[in-house]
Amino acid sequence: MSKYETIIGLEVHAELRTKSKLFCDCSTTFGAEPNTQVCPICLGLPGVLPVLNKQAVEYAIEAALALNCEIQPYNKFDRKNYFYPDLPKAYQISQYDLPLARNGYVTIHVDGKTKKIGITRIHLEEEAGKSVHSGDNILGSEYSLEDYNRTGIPLIEIVSEPDMRSPAEAYAYLTTLKNILQYTGVSDCKMEEGSLRCDANISIRPVGSDKFGTKVELKNLNSFRAVQKALEYEEKRQAKLLDRGEKVIQETRHWDESTGRTHSMRSKEEANDYRYFPEPDLVPVVISTEWIEKVRERLPELPEAKWQRFVHEYGLPEYDTELIISNRDMAEFFEATVKLHNDPKTVSNWVMGELTRLLKESGQAITESKVTPEVLARVIKLVDKGTISNTAAKTVLEESFKTGKDPDDIVKEKGLAQISDTAELEKVVAEVIAANPQSVEDFRNGKDRAIGFLVGQVMKATKGRANPKLVNELLRKKLQ
Amino acid sequence: MITKDEVQKVAHLARLELSEAEVELFTEQLNQVLEAAEKLQQLDTTDVEPTAYAVPMQNVFREDIPEPSMPRDEVLANAPDPKDGYFRVPKIMD
Repeated sequence: MSKYETIIGLEVHAELRTKSKLFCDCSTTFGAEPNTQVCPICLGLPGVLPVLNKQAVEYAIEAALALNCEIQPYNKFDRKNYFYPDLPKAYQISQYDLPLARNGYVTIHVDGKTKKIGITRIHLEEEAGKSVHSGDNILGSEYSLEDYNRTGIPLIEIVSEPDMRSPAEAYAYLTTLKNILQYTGVSDCKMEEGSLRCDANISIRPVGSDKFGTKVELKNLNSFRAVQKALEYEEKRQAKLLDRGEKVIQETRHWDESTGRTHSMRSKEEANDYRYFPEPDLVPVVISTEWIEKVRERLPELPEAKWQRFVHEYGLPEYDTELIISNRDMAEFFEATVKLHNDPKTVSNWVMGELTRLLKESGQAITESKVTPEVLARVIKLVDKGTISNTAAKTVLEESFKTGKDPDDIVKEKGLAQISDTAELEKVVAEVIAANPQSVEDFRNGKDRAIGFLVGQVMKATKGRANPKLVNELLRKKLQ
Repeated sequence: MITKDEVQKVAHLARLELSEAEVELFTEQLNQVLEAAEKLQQLDTTDVEPTAYAVPMQNVFREDIPEPSMPRDEVLANAPDPKDGYFRVPKIMD
C-alpha cells in the first residue's frame, strides 16, 4: 500500500437514549413485538402533527459539546423525500442545510501517535423502520417484512471529515466516538441492537497527490471490526484497479461478512434526489447560550481528559489507560481505588486482570460487583504488608467477589495468612532440598532456573502460604 | 422555464404515472406557477432574513414521556398484505 494513500471518512448514526420517540410519544424500548410501538405519527397518516421531544434535543446538544462542536443557534427540520419500504411516510424528518452542530473533533491514539479527526457536522433526525428479508439478504428476497417500532426513534448523524488515513485509524475513531457517547450517556451505542451504525467512505490516491480519488461508500458494516476489515479489503481492491490502469467507480458497495468482500449494490431505483424542503409541521428550534451552558455543566469528565490524566498524573502505560478508560464505570472504580491505595500500576493490574476476569465470567458489570474499591484496596494492602501472597490475594478477591465477605475475614477463615516465620519455613526448605537432589545439583552447577522449581515445591508444601520472597532467600542461603 | 423532461423526472421521483396529455398540462401549469414566483423575486430582500416558517413560533416541545401506542390490528388495518404482525412488501432489490 505504500504507493497509495488511503482517505477515509465515516458517517455514524447513533440512537439517542430517550424513552419516547422524536416526534411522538411511542415507546423506544428495544425488542418489542413488531409494530406494537407505532402510532399515526410514525405511520404518517393524514392529519397528524409531530411535536419535538425536548430531551432528544438536549442529548444531541450534549453529544455535540462532547465532540467539541459549535452549536448552531437556529435550527429547523427538513423533509428528505425518498421511497423505501422502511420509511412509511416516504420522507424522513432530518436537518439539511442547518445542522445542529458543526466543526468538532475527536482525539484518537493510534500506535503511540495522537491525532485529531475533524467532525464536519452533527444533525438530528428520525430513525427508519426495520426490514426483515425473506431470503438470506436483501438481494433476491421475494418479499420483506417491515417493523415500524424503530421508526421515529431519535438519531444523531455524525459526519467526520475525510481525515483518517488507515482502517486502523477508522477503528480507533469509532471506538473513541462510542466511548465519548457512552460517557455522556446520550446513547447506549449497542451495535447488536442497531443503536450505533456506521457507513464508510473510502478513496485512495497516489502518495503526494493532493486531489481526492473517486470515493466508494461502504454499507452493511455491522461491527467496528467489520468496518476495519471492509476498509482493508476496499483499499486493496481500489489499488489493484489503479495498478491495472482502471478506474474506481463511484458507487455504494455492500460488505459481505461471510466472504470478506465488498460487492456493488445498486438499488432498483437509485434516486439521490431527495428534494429537501423545510418541514412545515415543526417550528424552528432556537438554542440559546444559556441552554447550551446548562447542558455543558452536565458533561462528565470525558475520555480524552481522563486519558491525559491517567498517563501524566498516574504514570500509567498507554495500554492500561486505553483499556481502563474504555469503560467509564471502570475508570471511576480505578480512581476510587487509587484514592484508597496510591499505587496506580498495581491497582490497574488488578482491575485489568483478576477483576475483569471475574466480571467476564459472571457477566456482571463493574457497578454490580461485590468487590468495591474498598475491598480491592484492602486486598492489595494485605499483599503489600506481606500478610498474604499474591496467589492467596487472588483467592481472597474471588471469594469476596462471590460472597461479598470482608477480605480480612476470608484470610482468617481460609487460613491464607502467609508464613513469614523463618524457623517454620526453614524446616520445609530443608525437607524440599532433601527430596530434590537433582534440582539442587542443577542449581549448584549454575542453572539458576532450578531455584524456581524449588520455591514452587516449598509453596506446594505450604499450600501456597509461604512468603515466596523469604523462601527464595532461605533456599539461596542453604544452597550456597 | 421548466421542461417536459423535468416534469417527467419529478413525476418519477414521486412515483406518479402521467399520460402524455398530463405532462403537457402540468408543464404549462408549473410554468405559470414559476412565473408568478418570478414576480415575487423582483422584490428587494437584501435585508430580510430567509423565512422557513410563516408562523411566528419557536421551541415547541413535548416532554420525554412514553404513552401507549395504537393497537396493532389498527396499525395494520390499511396494510394490503400483512404477515405475522409485519407489513409485507414486495421485493426491494433485483
